[in-house]
Amino acid sequence: MLDPNEIRRRIAESLPGSEVEVRDMTGTGDHFEAWVVSETFAGKPMVEQHQLVYRPLRDLLQSGELHALALKTFTPEQWRSDPVRKST
Amino acid sequence: MRPELKDRFDQEIRSNKVVLYMKGTADFPRCGFSAAALEALRPFGRVYTVDVLADSEVREGIKEYSNWPTIPQVYINGRFIGGSDIIRELAARGELQDIIEGRAS
Repeated sequence: MLDPNEIRRRIAESLPGSEVEVRDMTGTGDHFEAWVVSETFAGKPMVEQHQLVYRPLRDLLQSGELHALALKTFTPEQWRSDPVRKST
Repeated sequence: MRPELKDRFDQEIRSNKVVLYMKGTADFPRCGFSAAALEALRPFGRVYTVDVLADSEVREGIKEYSNWPTIPQVYINGRFIGGSDIIRELAARGELQDIIEGRAS
């Protein structure tokens, strides 16, 4: 069973200066949701933004220890002004 | 990855407008994320689906092919678009149709 703090720590170390929130969606320690706000995302398409977040988690996803990670990525600008991404 | 497998993916993605690599079949999705991606795509026409649970080589191979560690995965007009979060967001923004019809970058 994974600790959400471990996921948060890995993402935060991989994207310095980012704000990361991770929630265990089912209470079973394998389905998580992560919200990540990072300046690094600026100018990058969503696919690349998500790849950046997946990168430090690759071994956990590969092994199946982390079964599912719903992702929302924001630049600081989007975080302030994008209601669609927050609501979907 | 075996060249035959790469050729298979190239071919699938080239010859179908919308391709969804998913867990389960269109009639019986075996994962909520796969089901959500399928439902988001369905209003815009035919979705060619590939059940990755039917073949573990395909399941691992598509992750390497796309450089994307999770299923589902969506290709539209030969281009990798993303997983279920991205597809649902594009649907919510009303942008999926433009992408499928080739009007968006």
